[in-house]
Amino acid sequence: MARVCSLSEAVAELVHDGDTVALEGFTHLIPFAAGHEVIRQRRRDLTLVRMTPDLIYDQMIGAGCAARLVFSWGGNPGVGSLHRMRDAVEHDWPRPLALEEYTHAAMANAYEAGAANLPFATFRGAPGSLASVHTHFRTVTCPFTGETLTAVRALRPDVAIVHAQAADREGHVLFRGIIGVQKEAVLAARRSLVTVEEIIDDVRAVADPNACVLPSWTVDAIAVVPRGAYPSYAYGYYARDNAFYRAWDKIARDRETFQAWIDEHVHAHRIDDRGRGALPE
Amino acid sequence: MYTPTELMTVAAARCLSDADVCFVGIGLPSAACNLARLTHAPRITLIYESGTIATRPDVLPLSIGDGDLCRTAWTTVSVPEFFRYWLQGGRVTVGFLGAAQIDRYANLNTTVIGEYARPATRLPGAGGAPEMAMSCREIFVILPQSKRAFVPTLDFLTSLGHGDGGEARARAGVATRGPTRVITDLCVMTPDEQTKELTVTSLHPGVSVTQVREATGWPVRVAEALSETPPPTAHELEVLRDLQRRTEAAHQGSQS
Repeated sequence: MARVCSLSEAVAELVHDGDTVALEGFTHLIPFAAGHEVIRQRRRDLTLVRMTPDLIYDQMIGAGCAARLVFSWGGNPGVGSLHRMRDAVEHDWPRPLALEEYTHAAMANAYEAGAANLPFATFRGAPGSLASVHTHFRTVTCPFTGETLTAVRALRPDVAIVHAQAADREGHVLFRGIIGVQKEAVLAARRSLVTVEEIIDDVRAVADPNACVLPSWTVDAIAVVPRGAYPSYAYGYYARDNAFYRAWDKIARDRETFQAWIDEHVHAHRIDDRGRGALPE
Repeated sequence: MYTPTELMTVAAARCLSDADVCFVGIGLPSAACNLARLTHAPRITLIYESGTIATRPDVLPLSIGDGDLCRTAWTTVSVPEFFRYWLQGGRVTVGFLGAAQIDRYANLNTTVIGEYARPATRLPGAGGAPEMAMSCREIFVILPQSKRAFVPTLDFLTSLGHGDGGEARARAGVATRGPTRVITDLCVMTPDEQTKELTVTSLHPGVSVTQVREATGWPVRVAEALSETPPPTAHELEVLRDLQRRTEAAHQGSQS
């Protein structure tokens, strides 16, 4: 049964130095507020797992939280590079960052295998040069047809952190819109934290029978954080702030500008009870 | 008048039809696919890798997961389902890919420039491109032409084109056609039927073979029957510019 608590309590309890942590949300429902809380609590040596690192991992990498990045596409969508990620890979700043790199299909399959309690997943892949620089890609022979297929090791994070529109009074969580790999990430992980826009009476009263729902007993902690996905978005609640995604390019390009931004908008900014999100509106 | 990028976008859009189920990437592909939908191919099915199927966005999305894509789609599926059932399942007819580097067999690099372990430039990486190159029935590549991009040898193989040429795809057990067209700001190239080496088959208006050679990092083959790419029509340009104006206005502030 999920426990409803504050975001700072949930992060303190569930995320430890050295953990493998997946903050998922595929270009939607990205758990920015939770990522900022991890930065504020100065977690270190994390293995950060996420298909599309996006701005939140650029911020966590630049803030020195990560020793390793597990990912499949690392850019600022439609804008360009993730400059903090690049600085870490190209110049070891603020510390060296090891990469464990996948393709999207490989990583989606690896999460699914984790959720399904399988040691690996198989798919029709062509990982190209990735297969020669990483050990998580192998091939497997189909026992029925003899066909050679790509195999990828299952992903089993220590903690999954996701954001959703709502949880109800019993702690059942409802996702709407682009659902990405949130469900797979939570079910593949040992522990999980869900931030939500609001608590509603009963998920069953508003959800379609086939809705994407995580029952309360699959989640460890729920924290109510309105606008907790901003500048990403929550379908039905608020829009993606594309202007901020474009502005980030300039902020992140320079180490000093970046650090000033983190100091002002993360370290000095607490999420208040009136439901302000991770950033000022 | 029109820009080389507009011509490239229009030329790409014309490759698509109502019958296509198209895997759309951000940037030039997204502009080309939506231009096709808003002109000659109103019934085309556009899918973005966020799982938004048959989407009809009012403006070009900045990311592959903007809310407009989900709001206007027939359905939105999870990412594993999209890659497994829809792409790997063989339901996608055509995918557009861009790249930082391309070689003469249309193999693509979007991962690193330089050594992988210590890259001169760390690029975004694979995303879904390798499995698109594997599972879409055919691939159109769209990118501006220069010696930096059109290289003799890739620094890193991200997505399989025609391998080392000839029947390389079939030998690797890949049943799909792979890259069938490369559309640049100077010309259109298609793989030779036998060798699969990229061959210039159409020059854009006002472009010379010399210009194409100077922008290619290998001695590029040119077809004997070389045609000229038809210039964009006034209608195509009007629709494209209107789409881009709406897009620019929407992305200045928050958008839904």
